[in-house]
Amino acid sequence: MSEDNKTNETIIICKDVHKWYGDFHALRGISMEVQRGEVIVIFGPSGSGKSTFIRTLNRLEEHQQGTIIVGGIELSHDVRNIEKVRMETGMVFQQFNLFPHLSVLTNITLAPIWVRKWPKDKAEKIAMELLERVGIPEQAQKFPAQLSGGQQQRVAIARALAMQPKIMLFDEPTSALDPEMIKEVLDVMVELAKSGMTMLVVTHEMSFARAVADRMYFFDEGLIIESGTPDNIFKNPQEDRTKLFLSQILSH
Amino acid sequence: MNASNSPPTLAPPVAPGPLEWLRKNLFSNWFNAVLTLASLVFLYFTLVTILRWALFSADWQPVTYSPLLFLVGQYPRAQLWRPGLSLLIGTFLIGMSWGLWERYIKPFAIFFAILLTILAIFPLKTPTITLSIRAVFLASPVLIILGYRIGRLPAVKGKYVITMWLLAAIFITLVLLPGLGNIPALPKIATTSWGGLLITLLLAVGGITLSFPIGVLLALGRRSSLTVVKLFSIFFIETIRGVPLVTVLFMFSIILALFLPAGSRIDRIVRALLAMVFFSSAYTAENVRGGLQAVPPGQAEAAKALGLSNFQITTFIVLPQALRLVIPTIVGQFISLFKDTTLVVIVGINDLLGISNAVLNLKPQFVHLQMEVYLFVAVIFWIFSYFMSYTSRELEKSLGIGKR
Ligand SMILES: Nc1ncnc2c1ncn2[C@@H]1O[C@H](COP(=O)(O)OP(=O)(O)O)[C@@H](O)[C@H]1O
Ligand SMILES: [Mg+2]
Repeated sequence: MSEDNKTNETIIICKDVHKWYGDFHALRGISMEVQRGEVIVIFGPSGSGKSTFIRTLNRLEEHQQGTIIVGGIELSHDVRNIEKVRMETGMVFQQFNLFPHLSVLTNITLAPIWVRKWPKDKAEKIAMELLERVGIPEQAQKFPAQLSGGQQQRVAIARALAMQPKIMLFDEPTSALDPEMIKEVLDVMVELAKSGMTMLVVTHEMSFARAVADRMYFFDEGLIIESGTPDNIFKNPQEDRTKLFLSQILSH
Repeated sequence: MNASNSPPTLAPPVAPGPLEWLRKNLFSNWFNAVLTLASLVFLYFTLVTILRWALFSADWQPVTYSPLLFLVGQYPRAQLWRPGLSLLIGTFLIGMSWGLWERYIKPFAIFFAILLTILAIFPLKTPTITLSIRAVFLASPVLIILGYRIGRLPAVKGKYVITMWLLAAIFITLVLLPGLGNIPALPKIATTSWGGLLITLLLAVGGITLSFPIGVLLALGRRSSLTVVKLFSIFFIETIRGVPLVTVLFMFSIILALFLPAGSRIDRIVRALLAMVFFSSAYTAENVRGGLQAVPPGQAEAAKALGLSNFQITTFIVLPQALRLVIPTIVGQFISLFKDTTLVVIVGINDLLGISNAVLNLKPQFVHLQMEVYLFVAVIFWIFSYFMSYTSRELEKSLGIGKR
């Protein structure tokens, strides 16, 4: 979070992004700019379009109007651009989505070997370093089903990091975890944030937001209702909807 | 977090002894006990009756008269070294497979080795079984053991053995057995003389190995975003599935000729094989499609987010998981395909069943010995089907680990 590792390089630009599912208007004009090294927290009620938005950034969802530029590459129907953007962005999902038929180590090395074309031993060396970093090097040869939820999510983070992305996207990474495992995952994410990674995190873990977020965005009904520093948002929210929502999630 | 850190706990009590098992499973109450006893009595009398019949009153002459007919049909006796060599290649590879995939192949390999040994020394007084034939049978178990030893070497990898199987299959079916016109040592042998187990195995193995990849491609085609590919796959699958195998066989035997340029002919065994492949691939496709649908969409999404291409996602992530899910169904389907090969009788091919019919008409005194001949054939089919389903069960068990 320290100011010095933030350059003034704008790494994500979204201008008036719209998305429809059939007739349903899920994103109704989202604009956002993210500088390299920033940590962004996105929160808001269920169904407000948080997942949809974060998934448009690596084109898991297509936006139908507006502009998205990630790392200087505009997302359009051009498949080569989509591939480039996906190589530069890692994503962590609520349900982990580890590959159950592959060992932990193979889960992590698969993309570096086949997408980055690294030799196997280099990929495995880096995978082991990452497992070390997320605290579970002894699980390398196991299968995902043999790990606890918290361990699985840490493998998923290592898997995304193995591609050496410039940006990490997290979609409610702790929502599917038993309460006692949330901290071990958040610790890894805090460490990652402090190392200068650009992160967009959909989460309701306000402790995480307080600790490392540079800015927070409150989503509702496909719109950004309010944004600001964690200090502003927690101490001095402007919109009634933000106040109401914060009072609901902070009350327990 | 780590299992080794937890305090030691007592192992669960050892499994109860056989008597306890009997009491619990077969004699838990008086009704169960009566049922058990009744079944035992029934089993005893059935078995005794069958055995007494098989050993004392059955007349096995049609089987012992010319065992070679059941094995290779009328394949020229002067060229028997060719199916013999095929058998030796096959047994060696079975041995290697045993060394490599002990868990799945071991029972079959051992059974097969014992069976061939018995066949080699069986005191049959038919002139058709020459000493060299017995020598080949006797060499087979030796090759199985040799292959086993080699297969256990760490340098031997699964992909090598699978490649060897494929190369052997191609060599045997396209070169060794049919022969090449321009090599005097390998004169051409028309497939009209082939028959028996040779044909049955050829159709079954060929049908299974060819229909599997085609079925997988059709299943993927059905989900393709290319409309033409998708429509073609749907059309193919639904048409074939709407028609009985007998009809497909007839179509390929007769109607196929209409579509070919005049004068060109496809061998009738190839036609039958094509029919089996087409038929089976449509069912494989539907089974695989079920597996593909059961893979959660999050899997492909995670792979996309990592930057994998669609092709890589299919081959590394989606297909392996889908196939694991449908292995039992597909093996079941292959067992039916194996048994369905008997239908080629109706287009005049002498597979194991066709040969049986031919043998029954060989001599007037054989005509009433259908029971013996059909029982013999049924046992052969049962043996192969049994080992196929055994392997499938073991595969299912061992795949449990990676499952969600
Ligand atoms: N694939 C889809 N098809 C149709 N509607 C969808 C789809 N995905 C999401 N939606 C709808 O879009 C809205 C936003 O969803 P989402 O982005 O998942 O919300 P959030 O992540 O904020 O809970 C919801 O109303 C949801 O029902
Ligand atoms: Mg969501």
